[in-house]
Amino acid sequence: MRAAIVRPLTAWRAVAWLLGLLPAVLLARDIVSGDLGPNPVETLEHDTGLWALRLLLLGLAMTPLRRLTRRAEPIQVRRLIGLWGWFWVSVHLVIYLTFDLQWSPSELMDDLVKRTYITLGFAGWLLLLPLALTSTRGWQRRLKRRWVQLHKLVYPAVLLGGIHFFWLVKSDIREPLLYLAIWLGLMLARIQRPARPAL
Amino acid sequence: MLIRIPAPSAVRSSEITPESTYRNRRRFLADMGLGAVGLLAAGCSEAKDAPAPAIAGAAITVGKRSERAGGETVTPIETVSTYNNYYEFGTGKDDPARNAGTLKTRPWTVAISGECEAPGTIDLDALLKPHAIEERIYRHRCVEAWSIVVPWDGVPLADVLKRFKPTSKAKFVAFETLYDKAQMPEARWAGIELPYVEGLRIDEAMHPLAFLSVGMYGKTLPNQNGAPLRLTIPWKYGYKSIKSIVRIRFVEQMPPTTWNKLQPSEYGFYSNVNPDVQHPRWSQRSERRLGELFKRPTLMFNGYPEVAPLYAGMDLRQFS
Repeated sequence: MRAAIVRPLTAWRAVAWLLGLLPAVLLARDIVSGDLGPNPVETLEHDTGLWALRLLLLGLAMTPLRRLTRRAEPIQVRRLIGLWGWFWVSVHLVIYLTFDLQWSPSELMDDLVKRTYITLGFAGWLLLLPLALTSTRGWQRRLKRRWVQLHKLVYPAVLLGGIHFFWLVKSDIREPLLYLAIWLGLMLARIQRPARPAL
Repeated sequence: MLIRIPAPSAVRSSEITPESTYRNRRRFLADMGLGAVGLLAAGCSEAKDAPAPAIAGAAITVGKRSERAGGETVTPIETVSTYNNYYEFGTGKDDPARNAGTLKTRPWTVAISGECEAPGTIDLDALLKPHAIEERIYRHRCVEAWSIVVPWDGVPLADVLKRFKPTSKAKFVAFETLYDKAQMPEARWAGIELPYVEGLRIDEAMHPLAFLSVGMYGKTLPNQNGAPLRLTIPWKYGYKSIKSIVRIRFVEQMPPTTWNKLQPSEYGFYSNVNPDVQHPRWSQRSERRLGELFKRPTLMFNGYPEVAPLYAGMDLRQFS
């Protein structure tokens, strides 16, 4: 008897959904078991920020992955992974706005002007906003080639996220450097190698 | 006596999270309206117990007790002993509680030198012997905009310093933390120059609020909180309250201090808690008391206005 075959794309999609939801599962577990530590707001901010960065980098890894695997699925789940990254950046921002600023516009202006890491992080989120809004198939069709160009904004946006993390850290910069290095690696992997000269 | 400025920003006692709420942290779930999510996840969650941090110190006989935190709720010891900045044991807040077990706090000697008539190296027990241990409940405000309320056990710093007879040339006091790579393997990642050094102007060090702590909550200090001997300077940002002191020097010139050396624009020598002096990383106008979700206004000198005469005539924006 033959086992039912799952379409490869369905499997890729399922994995992308699982990864996107994973932070929610982990955070819910920590909330339920009281594992958020003495400063729960800080823990939530750090965890959601880190997951956003991981998912966005994972999204950026899909293009090189297509070349490596010679399959179409990485590109077909790229948008889904990117949207989950944007979702967690937004949760990160909402937690900060709610618990650190209590939605005070003047406090936000103060932070945006005086605290560079917040300026950079906020700019990163703003760059992602039009990408999230134009992520639908309708907008893809409407913008045609320009959609791809527009969505290259994700490169500087993720870089800003990485610098935002780097700037926040007071002295031990190993972890943010790792994320920045991954970003750089994924950028370099996009450079088309020149065609080999014919022998 | 503690004079509180009745600022419009004053925190009402009704805003203070009761300890019981904090202890029942599962309530955080309900507070955030995530009940459904939690219920969903409860199925796949095991009751995971973190390893108990080393907080069981030896009991200390405490004489005089003074409440100097305006009657505010004392932060639970579990919080104070698991959320630490002690970079020699790792830069994560929970690292010191995990790693500081390697710190050997006995025997412990303190070397006193510089502009004083009675310098010398003295064993910690001999250093403490002439003094009665008292308890001071102080607010503690970190530059990272979080704060706690802690019952410290120790002696007034001035009482100890005076025994070494500082001369008229002693304008400042410099303090140094132990630096032993064998006991502090994580120190190589600290990213700050070690040994950790701090300093006070002599009149600040002699102020009655300046305190030398050997314990908290009626027990000897946990290693991660700076055992066996640390400063507690309640009107300054936490990094001024140097931990695990091995050296005290009376000096004529303003001594270098660790965070100031790393980033002078962010960490001044005085580092008095001041909501009006801006910081490039954290707004100092408000702070989160650990155990509370929302921030509260930060008080000038962390709510210790009696130290203001120390800085009469000084522009505190300039001398931050």
